[in-house]
Amino acid sequence: MADTVFIGGGAGFAGDRTDAAGPVVDALAACDGPRFLMFETLAERTLALAQLERRRDPARGYNPALERFIAPILARCLAAKIRIVGNFGAANPQAAARRIADVARQLGLKPPRIAYIDGDDLSGMLTPAELTARETGGSLLAGTPDIIAANLYLGAEPIVQALDQGAEIVVTGRVADSALALAPLMHVFRWQTGDWDRLAAGTLCGHLLECGAQITGGYFADPGHKDVPDLANVGYPIAEIDAAGTIVIGKPAGTGGRVDRQTVVEQILYEIHDPAAYLAPDVVLDLTAVTVAEIGRDRVRVAGARGRPAPETLKATVCVDGGVLGEAEISYAGANAAARARLAADIVLARMRQRAPELAIRVDAIGAVSILGTSGTVPDTGASGSRDIRLRFAAQSAVPGAVDILLDEVEALYCAGPAGGAGVRRHTRPRLASASCLIERRFARPRAIMLEEGA
Amino acid sequence: MTTVMLRDLANARSGDKGNRLNIALVCRDPAHFSVIAAQVTEARVADVFASRHPTRVVRYALPNLAAFNFVLDDVLEGGVNASLGLDGHGKSLSFLLLDIPIQLEADDPRATRGTQHQTV
Repeated sequence: MADTVFIGGGAGFAGDRTDAAGPVVDALAACDGPRFLMFETLAERTLALAQLERRRDPARGYNPALERFIAPILARCLAAKIRIVGNFGAANPQAAARRIADVARQLGLKPPRIAYIDGDDLSGMLTPAELTARETGGSLLAGTPDIIAANLYLGAEPIVQALDQGAEIVVTGRVADSALALAPLMHVFRWQTGDWDRLAAGTLCGHLLECGAQITGGYFADPGHKDVPDLANVGYPIAEIDAAGTIVIGKPAGTGGRVDRQTVVEQILYEIHDPAAYLAPDVVLDLTAVTVAEIGRDRVRVAGARGRPAPETLKATVCVDGGVLGEAEISYAGANAAARARLAADIVLARMRQRAPELAIRVDAIGAVSILGTSGTVPDTGASGSRDIRLRFAAQSAVPGAVDILLDEVEALYCAGPAGGAGVRRHTRPRLASASCLIERRFARPRAIMLEEGA
Repeated sequence: MTTVMLRDLANARSGDKGNRLNIALVCRDPAHFSVIAAQVTEARVADVFASRHPTRVVRYALPNLAAFNFVLDDVLEGGVNASLGLDGHGKSLSFLLLDIPIQLEADDPRATRGTQHQTV
């Protein structure tokens, strides 16, 4: 059995850099041991958008950047036996697997062995009423007839099966992000259900890699307080894990960024609630005994993850129609800009009280208060002493056309509002609302399927 | 005693899940864990975010990591899929936490090296 497994993080979200994986692959190719490259590209909303796309075109519904993530590194990964595990299958892992096979063909490569995972899609298995009964932490689903997407977070098991069957590339839909790293470790080290501390270590490893550069200097820099060298060329992370579950986080030589106690601890706690009980499908991870040690330049050792038996239920994200979000902006600049912006906001709100009193409206004054204000109040446009204010109005409604009333009123400020109103931009876009449900494990039917050659 | 800002002593990072915000607070020097533990309490953090009306604020202390995790419920105006604001994730909010003033003993090395300090 290998002593050390190497796992690189190639992407941390759907919109991540598509050239980030290149240096990671080059570094992995020089490592001695089983090597994997993971892509995490599937946020809660991303999957629902993919479901909508699959409804429109049954051959789509996977991450639209799939080819841009895969094409630059596919030949190098296959040549160096770096196996790829990614959730870029989104709502259609089979179609994504076929697309990767196409890319390999176009590049003139020997057809790779590609597996895809299904069984996360709950649509058709549970009625809206049954999902409503399982919703936690809210009541969004009550009375909602149309479920756009309902997907379970699967665990590592089907990915392990695919790797055991020799897959060089594993394409998943919704799985726990951390399972993308846990599965290769279970495959190599033969960790089993019941090895809770090691499953916890593998889950922690996935958690550390799943946001890409967020552990190597991204989402961290604060000039003068927390400086990061060459952030423009930040290197994405590589984890080295031994059979006991000790993790060393590093990054490719020659890249920007930094890996030290501070970047690692910030990421350990990212999106964590109770650090003693991080719920994953394969294990409950307890972070309270984790230790972090700097062991070299840009090298940090993380140890001490503890595990408890996996939860009895699986989390599912359920998405429903969220209506339409409308936003419109207009600028005021120069002398007395703050007062003119304030007058413009008052005019729009007065008009809306007459025309659509039920519509909740948010007003921000970009250049003065654009983040820290609260909905339902008019921001203090003079707060920063700014002479350059961009007003932003936003509203959301399930009623067709309702938000257009607001956008029309903002546009009308051009001729009928204060002096010097400039640069109106307006747009609407459909919104998805999401709820969390806890689902009994018997509804999960995870399968690993090998894509047939030539498919 | 000397006053410094929390950002002179610690880092912070926001994360979200739905309408719930968490902020990891990491001591730059583990020696400051106890002074931060004593002063950056749940009540004080609830105060910082009062305008967002948190329904619950919980602090988890992680002495091994010289860090804390704050969890604030219902402060994201519905979260990224529902908020009308520009920052539905709450990604910018960690910097509000770092604006808390902290009292240090005058002989603390940071008491003279902090960027914004005054003797009180």
